[in-house]
Amino acid sequence: MAVKPTLPDASGHFGIFGGKYVSETLMPAVLQLEKAYEEVRNDPAFRKELDYYLTEYVGRPTPLYFAERLTKKLGGAKIYFKREDLAHTGAHKINNTMGQALLAARMGKKRIIAETGAGQHGVATATVAALLNMECEIFMGLEDTRRQALNVMRMKLLGAKVREVTQGTQTLKDAMNEAMRDWITNVRTTFYIIGSVAGPHPYPMIVRDFQSVIGKEAREQILQKEGRLPDLLVACVGGGSNAMGLFYPFVGDEGVAMTGVEAAGGGIETGIHAASISAGTVGVLHGSKTYLLQDEDGQIKPTHSLAPGLDYPGVGPEHSYLSDSGRVSYTNVTDSEALEGFKTLSQTEGIIPALESSHAIAYAMKAAPRMSGDSVLIVCLSGRGDKDMHSVADLLSGGQKQ
Amino acid sequence: MSRISEKFNELKQKDRIALVSYITAGDPTLDLTVDIALQLEESGADIIELGVPFSDPMADGPAIQLASERALVGGATLAGVLDTVKEIRKKSGVPIILFGYYNPFFKYGLERVVKDAAEAGADGFLIVDLPPEEAGELKTHTDKAGLDIVFLLAPTSTSERIGLVAENASGFVYLVSVTGVTGERPEMDYSLEGLTGEIRQATGLPVGIGFGISSPEQVSRLSGYADAVIVGSAIVRIIERYGSEKKKLLNELSGFVSGLSAACGRSNSASPGRAKK
Repeated sequence: MAVKPTLPDASGHFGIFGGKYVSETLMPAVLQLEKAYEEVRNDPAFRKELDYYLTEYVGRPTPLYFAERLTKKLGGAKIYFKREDLAHTGAHKINNTMGQALLAARMGKKRIIAETGAGQHGVATATVAALLNMECEIFMGLEDTRRQALNVMRMKLLGAKVREVTQGTQTLKDAMNEAMRDWITNVRTTFYIIGSVAGPHPYPMIVRDFQSVIGKEAREQILQKEGRLPDLLVACVGGGSNAMGLFYPFVGDEGVAMTGVEAAGGGIETGIHAASISAGTVGVLHGSKTYLLQDEDGQIKPTHSLAPGLDYPGVGPEHSYLSDSGRVSYTNVTDSEALEGFKTLSQTEGIIPALESSHAIAYAMKAAPRMSGDSVLIVCLSGRGDKDMHSVADLLSGGQKQ
Repeated sequence: MSRISEKFNELKQKDRIALVSYITAGDPTLDLTVDIALQLEESGADIIELGVPFSDPMADGPAIQLASERALVGGATLAGVLDTVKEIRKKSGVPIILFGYYNPFFKYGLERVVKDAAEAGADGFLIVDLPPEEAGELKTHTDKAGLDIVFLLAPTSTSERIGLVAENASGFVYLVSVTGVTGERPEMDYSLEGLTGEIRQATGLPVGIGFGISSPEQVSRLSGYADAVIVGSAIVRIIERYGSEKKKLLNELSGFVSGLSAACGRSNSASPGRAKK
């Protein structure tokens, strides 16, 4: 099946996926956002303003770094890292929050809300809210506020209110439920900055477009460095915004293979994981039709990943489409494999990656040795690992005790 | 004509508005749901909205979120809810609307759920996160089976949205009284008369108002321009409180619902003395 670059279609679908499954109270807001985005997406003045902030404030372009020592260690493909960890606030999330916040300002919205899992999207949202002088409230599962205490402090320091969500599994999905409830209540004044390529149309498209800067830059950079396109792109996938951002500008390049890496947690066979495409079925959650981890009655299952940013029972609808169409392959790595990737990159290259990004690294460590020495592999290093020091320390010391 | 439309016609003759009572099926058990539904009808509920529990009720406030959790812990499934409808239908002709979020219905299979719901004796669907744009497939099946789909409108709805809902809805139109989630509110917004009028211009269907209604005073004031009021969280709170003592629970529900029902007479509306606290 050929991939259509013109998706989503006019009704917001990627094939059978996507759509606008929201309550009537939100429909006018979603339609209004669609219209506002159509206006800005081809507006040179908006583009110029966004580019200004991406360059001067976010620090783009981020480097495409050749990991020479890791390449030598593994033997095989040349490994490049797209260094989103070097973007302001330490992850790719700000590419999207910068764009959406400027859009919110254009729409005259004064209050911003967002959900967050790892806290990176929360920090990136609180950051742009401070920059543009907007009121900001971040919804975060109680469990995640414990795992990512450093990011909670950062958000508070930036002036955001952090709302601890105690419902359900107290992770990203519940934070998103609560953000949706706030949005339903305050829809007239509030702009909801969704952090992944998830949610009702037009969000998956908007977030993809703002994150595509990753792939656009990587494409130019690799052409400059290697004089050719890469053989394989690798990125981690929770909701999948960094992966979508890296992949999208290469979708039309037939020779470029792409692999999205989901979180297998304790192992797919244990049922304790967050791998929606690898082990899920089609359903509807948070506004769109996509692969979900659900039981036979359509109830959403609890998920697990060491990486809070991947700890989500769904995936962006365009990923579901790219998987079904065969354009992108999706695989998964376990918590312990990710931890191995985390340590390896730290010790070989002096880069401490986020636990989310460590999933992509772990897969690249498997893939690179199977590839020839003249092939090229790009990994999206979506964020830095400072936020994870606490949980990694716990894990490593816990592991030694056992 | 559907059972829901028949009920509205019957009430019109009596110069009354419909009292729609929401309960979450399976809270605290599916067996007790049958008794609760029958009690609600006996006490004056005209239509029952039977909530199909969902793990992620994004448009609900705390009361119904917790009810959903209790029902799921108790093992309620959509198949179980349909059996419950069957049990209620054995003893009562009260119109029953299945209320919920799309995913459990979708997972069950749209054609299958409509067929099984019709066989069980349900009369319609109200799916919170299924706007008319995405409801095409379900509507094909409900039209064929003669079941209604109730769509929501909200204070944020534009005239375009009203037109779209009017085109697709059947049974009645559900006007959400507030921009917000479900739950009782001490202060009702009574400025919906204009919006109600606008909806009436677009459709001949009855207009029900829900979200935040919990007292006879509120019902009485709304009876001036609504054709139905929907009461949910306040009933669910009673179930939360007395769920473990069946007799006491049914007694409390009876008292509460008959009080609301007594305020459903159209002649009561806008009589200034009644609305006073």
